[in-house]
Amino acid sequence: MTEPSEQAKPADAALMAADAARAAEAPLLAVEGVSVRLGGREVLHDVSFAVGAGQFTGLIGSNGAGKTTLLRVILGLTAADSGTVRLAAANGAGHHTGQRARVGYVPQKFAFDSDMPMRARDLVALGIDAQRLGIALPSRRRRERVEQMLAAVDALAFADTRIGSLSGGEQQRVLIAHALISRPQLLLLDEPLANLDLASAQGVVALLARICAEQGIAVLISAHEMNPLLPVLDRIVYLAHGRAASGTTQEVVRADVLSRLYGRHVDVLHVHGRVLVVAGAGDDSDLEGHEGGVSGGSHSGGAEVVL
Amino acid sequence: MVALVAGVVGFFVVLRGSAFAAHAIPNGSFAGAAAAALVGTNTLLGLGIFSLAGALGIGWLGRRGRHDVVTALVLVLMLGLGGLFVSLQSQYAPETYSILFGEILGVSNNELAPTAGLGLACVVTVAVLYRRLMISSVLAETGAARGVDPFRVELCFLAVLALASTMTVPVVGTLLMFSLMIGPPAAARTLSDRPGRAMALSVALALVTVWGSIAAAYATNDPVGFFVTVIGAGAYTLGRVWATWRRGRAVGDNTGGPGRVERDRVVGRVAEGLLPS
Ligand SMILES: Nc1ncnc2c1ncn2[C@@H]1O[C@H](COP(=O)(O)OP(=O)(O)O)[C@@H](O)[C@H]1O
Ligand SMILES: [Mg+2]
Repeated sequence: MTEPSEQAKPADAALMAADAARAAEAPLLAVEGVSVRLGGREVLHDVSFAVGAGQFTGLIGSNGAGKTTLLRVILGLTAADSGTVRLAAANGAGHHTGQRARVGYVPQKFAFDSDMPMRARDLVALGIDAQRLGIALPSRRRRERVEQMLAAVDALAFADTRIGSLSGGEQQRVLIAHALISRPQLLLLDEPLANLDLASAQGVVALLARICAEQGIAVLISAHEMNPLLPVLDRIVYLAHGRAASGTTQEVVRADVLSRLYGRHVDVLHVHGRVLVVAGAGDDSDLEGHEGGVSGGSHSGGAEVVL
Repeated sequence: MVALVAGVVGFFVVLRGSAFAAHAIPNGSFAGAAAAALVGTNTLLGLGIFSLAGALGIGWLGRRGRHDVVTALVLVLMLGLGGLFVSLQSQYAPETYSILFGEILGVSNNELAPTAGLGLACVVTVAVLYRRLMISSVLAETGAARGVDPFRVELCFLAVLALASTMTVPVVGTLLMFSLMIGPPAAARTLSDRPGRAMALSVALALVTVWGSIAAAYATNDPVGFFVTVIGAGAYTLGRVWATWRRGRAVGDNTGGPGRVERDRVVGRVAEGLLPS
């Protein structure tokens, strides 16, 4: 990251103050002006945001908004046509070199055969150093590290079960452990709540919030439904039509900001502690509704598209 | 040696779902043997060149989209070439014929060294790439995010498959090679839920299959190949039956504990003698 220079011109004072405030958050990840074209279509357009160390950030957008693409750009799996992605240099502990080792990733799509000869703990152990050559000799240190990680994600109960026969929520926990065991500073998760029932989703969110708080790991989690995440989010990156708005939830989830993003008028409704983004009357748009309760900890709602 | 290679390489064939490629490459390499007979060079060389070319072709063309379609095309192309080479030969070449079915007891001494060398190369390569093969087989995207390029791993693996075919085909033939690479590993994964042990079991089962088949063939005068396929498929069926029975029991007694632990201990004891897991 660029450090604010000491000899700033007075005219830039306001700008510098804003910069300093941002630098105080010590951005771990800075995405600046990223645009991506895929198959002749602009999937991301001039997307910019930053994630500070230890922050819990939600990447919210409906299906096809470009969430997966954006995460893949951050990981270096998809090339951006313009713009930059910068990760802060590895700090103190740093036996990891290169930016990749410091980012953990839980992909959106995965499939495990039910008879795949791999238990939950084997998959977590693979996360320690899967990129290394040679065979990992079993050792007590490795076993203990795996054990601790399984305990941290509440997965000890099914640690010896084949990964393929676990439920979706259990698999998510194991994958989170798999990603965290290499001690990343930033954890990217792509729609981990998409196929979970409300209770499992709440469990995963609570787990992530705890890890974020206790271990100071920054979390960037994508979702098409923001409500289960709202109670724990520090910041939000809202994607629509490949454009992004970012800031705190109060700054972003507002009618004026989202209307600008969608390019037409939308309303933001607060109903029973839930947030719904609703297109104006007469709009036959493809706009998504955000529904489904969590904040009150009350009953479920099931997703319901409100247009 | 053949059983070791088949067990180790076959473990990843099944894990990665590359059974079709494992079928196509040895069969396609038949063209190599025919070409070698035509030109008058070493059969092993012809097999090696053609199976490698086939493997890299499958890997390169299949990097986007449908792997199975590309594999089928490569297989058909190579079989066609093989047919052409055979028909170009003035006299019928017994060497080429033996490629299809192998000469399990008839490997000459001067073929032994290169065969063993190739086998060793396969096993060493798998050992070196073990973790990368594993991650790209079960969670390719996470592996890619760690810098393990799935495409490169796939190419390496197909090359290993080609080497394995080259060394095993003259011994057990293309048809049996395929069943040896699928049967034992598929059975092993139903028997053990740990990757290391499943691989060790896979090697053990391949060994049992090979020796059992030779013994049975010797006793009955039926072809070895018949027994290889039967024992391979039989082991897999038994494995499935065992797995189903175990699951039934785990549901039956609510604890599910003792049965599991006991089984793991038994499997562990069998496997531990063979390989560190
Ligand atoms: N490889 C690709 N080629 C062409 N278009 C793509 C490709 N990958 C994604 N897209 C398109 O980019 C858009 C965003 O996709 P994605 O990032 O997966 O959205 P999300 O994860 O938010 O659902 C979609 O319209 C999708 O069709
Ligand atoms: Mg997606």
